[in-house]
Amino acid sequence: MSDYSKGLSTKHLLGIKDLNERDIQLIFETADTFKDVLNRPIKKVPSLRDVTIANVFFENSTRTRLSFELAQKRLSADTINFAASSSSVSKGETLIDTVNNILAMKVDMIVIRHPYPGAGIFLSRKVNAQIVNAGDGAHEHPTQALLDAFSIREKYGDVAGKKIAIIGDILHSRVALSNILCLQKLGAEVMVCGPTTLIPKYIGSLGVKVEFDLLKALNWCDVANMLRIQLERQDIKYFPSLREYTMMYGLNKQILDSLDKEILIMHPGPINRGVEITSDVADSKQSIILDQVENGVAIRMAVLYLLAGQKP
Amino acid sequence: MQNLTLLDGQKFQITIMRLCHQLIENHDDFSNSVILGIQPRGIYLANRIAYELQQILPDAKILNGNLDITFFRDDFRRRESPLVPNTTKIDFIIEGKKVILVDDVLWTGRTIRSAMDAMLAFGRPQKVELLVLVDRRFSRHLPIEPDYIGIQVDSINSQKVLVSWKETDQEDKVILLSEKD
Repeated sequence: MSDYSKGLSTKHLLGIKDLNERDIQLIFETADTFKDVLNRPIKKVPSLRDVTIANVFFENSTRTRLSFELAQKRLSADTINFAASSSSVSKGETLIDTVNNILAMKVDMIVIRHPYPGAGIFLSRKVNAQIVNAGDGAHEHPTQALLDAFSIREKYGDVAGKKIAIIGDILHSRVALSNILCLQKLGAEVMVCGPTTLIPKYIGSLGVKVEFDLLKALNWCDVANMLRIQLERQDIKYFPSLREYTMMYGLNKQILDSLDKEILIMHPGPINRGVEITSDVADSKQSIILDQVENGVAIRMAVLYLLAGQKP
Repeated sequence: MQNLTLLDGQKFQITIMRLCHQLIENHDDFSNSVILGIQPRGIYLANRIAYELQQILPDAKILNGNLDITFFRDDFRRRESPLVPNTTKIDFIIEGKKVILVDDVLWTGRTIRSAMDAMLAFGRPQKVELLVLVDRRFSRHLPIEPDYIGIQVDSINSQKVLVSWKETDQEDKVILLSEKD
């Protein structure tokens, strides 16, 4: 076990980019103990009983918000929830004003999701609270990447040396960027696969392989992380039709059975069944989609615990 | 730093054996009792006690677990460095059992308070007892006293009591560290 006595190297969790490998391993080892806590009859510890956390969501979310909220409750933190759609943001209040008003109510930590890339970084420079990025536009989604890597580690024992293919809408995906950074820091090989229009032009500069043929990507990888087509972020047409996308890049049972090895199937959710992945694959025993959700709570507990543990 | 050895060699072993026999007086064949070593340093004493009890009572089933108290401590967010947790390993049920909490050194009593909180997440024991190898007398912050004591030590706040173990540190020893002035 390495020396973790100094804790995380960062005060906020804005992106995987700011973490080093030791930070990620520390989060994983802390999440291991929290996973153990979550399997006890009493699934709660009192660590964060004097910490107040605001969940500020400017974008829709099911899994991430519930997962953060549950993680906070399991740690005995006080939580308040804020959804932009039902707030004064629609009356013209700015982001900093909104957050400073929340902080005036003595809040220690902000979990923020925002449609604009860099919203978390911007806030961390302007307000006096710890910021956890729960997704900023098409930029980063650090806790998702951590829980994905944690799930791979759980199945294979280690992430280093594994081959992971991220398949689908790479261009609009924050999960893709965070995953690439996180997996590479842990020593895994990463490939992205999708239609040419949905692969960013300079993605090769991140040191990932690029493949446009689904079958070749699946034959190469140990783990396939299927991403959703983010229609809500697509302002122009990137491919002729969803039906054609499914024919070229949809994962179904026939393709999976034609491979000469068993690969793990992951998906960050929400699933569009029948588009990027068929129901029989999503519900198969190779799929660890629900393990990802379960691990999400433990990972978020670890992140909140390690950040909140720093002396204010 | 000045070191003073308080306990080692044969005296150390005799102390451990005395604690074992005191336990047997109260717990018979351990059919309704369990041992919980407190992480990180109490588990070595718990393992030693469990091992010796098994030698004395070959037919008994000695249940021994590790209890981590990190998340239940009262100094979270009050320290410079964050607390890193250890593993809790309790693969038996403590509901209705007599629990013997085991730690190497008892000082302020705060660890034991946390341990009692942490333990309650695993059920409601019939009775809880405390066994320590070293009792630093007159230094308690909380009304907590041990049921079984290896040795009692009078010490001041700036001193430290360290217990080393054959398994991890080559030698069974209790030492008192004082700042040299």
